[in-house]
Amino acid sequence: MLCMQNVSKVYRTDSVETHALREFSLTVDEGEFVSVTGPSGSGKTTFLNIAGLLEEFSNGTYELDGKDISRLSDRERSRVRNEKIGFIFQSFNLIPELDIFDNVDVPLRYRGLKSAERRKRIERVIEMVGLGSRLHHLPSQLSGGQQQRVAIARALAGEPRFLLADEPTGNLDSAMATSVMELLAEINNSGTTIIMVTHEAALARRAARNISVRDGRVSSGKGLHVASAATA
Amino acid sequence: MIRYYIKLGMLGIRQNPILSALMVAAIAVGIGACMTIINIDYVMSGNPIPQRSEVLYHVQLDSWDPNEPAEEPNEPPNQVTYLDGTALLGAAEGRRQVLSYRSTRVVQPADPDVRPFEVGARSATADFFPMFDVPFLYGRGWDKSADDTLEQVIVLGREINERLFGGEDSVGSTLTMNGEVFRVTGVIDDWTPIPKFYDVTTGPFDEVEEVYFPFSVSIAQEVRGDGNTNCWKPRDDAGWNSFLNSECVWMQFWVELHGADEKRDYMTFLDAYVESQKRLGRFPRPLNNRLNDVMEWMADQEIVADDVQVLLGLAILFLVVCLLNTIGLLLAKIMRRSGDISLRRALGASRSAIFSQYIVEAGVIGLGGGIIGIGLTWLGLKGIEILYGELEFIENLVHMDWVMVLAAIMLAILSALGAALYPTWRACRIHPAAQLKSL
Repeated sequence: MLCMQNVSKVYRTDSVETHALREFSLTVDEGEFVSVTGPSGSGKTTFLNIAGLLEEFSNGTYELDGKDISRLSDRERSRVRNEKIGFIFQSFNLIPELDIFDNVDVPLRYRGLKSAERRKRIERVIEMVGLGSRLHHLPSQLSGGQQQRVAIARALAGEPRFLLADEPTGNLDSAMATSVMELLAEINNSGTTIIMVTHEAALARRAARNISVRDGRVSSGKGLHVASAATA
Repeated sequence: MIRYYIKLGMLGIRQNPILSALMVAAIAVGIGACMTIINIDYVMSGNPIPQRSEVLYHVQLDSWDPNEPAEEPNEPPNQVTYLDGTALLGAAEGRRQVLSYRSTRVVQPADPDVRPFEVGARSATADFFPMFDVPFLYGRGWDKSADDTLEQVIVLGREINERLFGGEDSVGSTLTMNGEVFRVTGVIDDWTPIPKFYDVTTGPFDEVEEVYFPFSVSIAQEVRGDGNTNCWKPRDDAGWNSFLNSECVWMQFWVELHGADEKRDYMTFLDAYVESQKRLGRFPRPLNNRLNDVMEWMADQEIVADDVQVLLGLAILFLVVCLLNTIGLLLAKIMRRSGDISLRRALGASRSAIFSQYIVEAGVIGLGGGIIGIGLTWLGLKGIEILYGELEFIENLVHMDWVMVLAAIMLAILSALGAALYPTWRACRIHPAAQLKSL
């Protein structure tokens, strides 16, 4: 389903070249729950950004559902992000001026769904994350855990096949983190593939497979499906 | 989606009220200044008789001094002599033709308690009214037979009819003017062609005359014109007949022609007429006759003053400066929202969706600027009216019609969209991943 082969990402300035990913290879099958761990600056977020089509890569190949991502135009990449991928960010990234309903509505607007269909989906996912009574609250009126639930609802509203989560519990206390992780597990059980970046080993263990990233390479992996033979 | 973008636009305005207000103000001030001058230019350069402007032709014959043109570089005089005007009228080569000039007459009201007063009068031939599509409130103009029989008939303007007859139907009533009694045949309804195309020599933006009476009667009563009278050749004496037979130009001749063939034939006729006059010792200059339709004539006479054109240029420049400020403000606003843009891109918004969102927001700002700009335009026009209040015609130039209102809004929106192009382009280039981590 997701297949990266020897993907590299280099950030260049006039005088500095930074290798964020080096010959990064990974395959994730449908329905998997994969955690990606590693120290700060190891390339976890770069990997997630590339996986989520938010960034382009310098070398290698990346296929999503058998489609070569490097051949897609910006418009096609946007469509893939909108239809196949859901994002959960560490700091929730809700739009503060929009209420919960309208925040969840954002990706659906770009899908071009009819109003009734959007409303049905929004109400369903907000109910699912347990915030049915807060439809018209602003993000500032919710706790951190509730805001992350809204972000999860927004990611799920488009019924994506992939959920990419970047430190989804990083800004939450342990009780809220547990509750969010339980929600993610539930979502995964319903068939959605999840790739979660975290630096917390305890959370990573909740995933069926853990990938460890160091210096931009896959360095080890419990239950590693396909790991790169990283060579320095 | 457009409704969604409008909603986001309104939200964006509320989100940054000060920046948004500054942008609206910049556009409004620019539009106000620009539209004030555009409005004056528009009124000055408007078509005063759009329904007939292409069939009405002003006639010029170069009867001027052999040693110098009436106007540089080689322009014929802009009026005709009595000799030529009456000759062309008599030839009746056009579908219709009118010879006229302006004078000042004294009306003596029937009521002895009301003092006599001066009025602007136009001496014209009967075709004046149908040719120039003059609207009538009561009655109509006089027949051609009245021209021939020197019938003392008169057509009143609406205002003087109010003054003398209380606005009632005065057709058939009599009016004494300079001691002569005239019978009213009609009362003109509101009629304000701007510019006053049929005689620009007496002020293209002045009011139309208050009374109209037959040209032939006017000549018989030796009524002198009070418009421009230009002569290049000394007269035999100061008498009326000497004046009529002189080379002085002081009246306007218009002819109605339909289509290029009629125009060409009439030009041939004019050339033949001038050749025949040359044989009589007149028209010492080479053939230089002109036929201009209404708008050509307005352009030829440079009705829109040069200083208005300069002001227009300056006003447009001022609008550009305001828009440059708007670009800066919009850029600052969009850059402040780069996180929002990154997020929307991550959630599936294409570059064109982001472009549309911010262009619509700019359009909403432009609409706001346009609406306030209309108010500022009105203030600008009022200011000009106060500043130049002593000029009689200024009132005719400082009104704003719905075309200008719409133009102000359109210009404001287009200006805002133009100003938004670069900031919006920058918004589209914001990388989806650029701001997500820092949000």
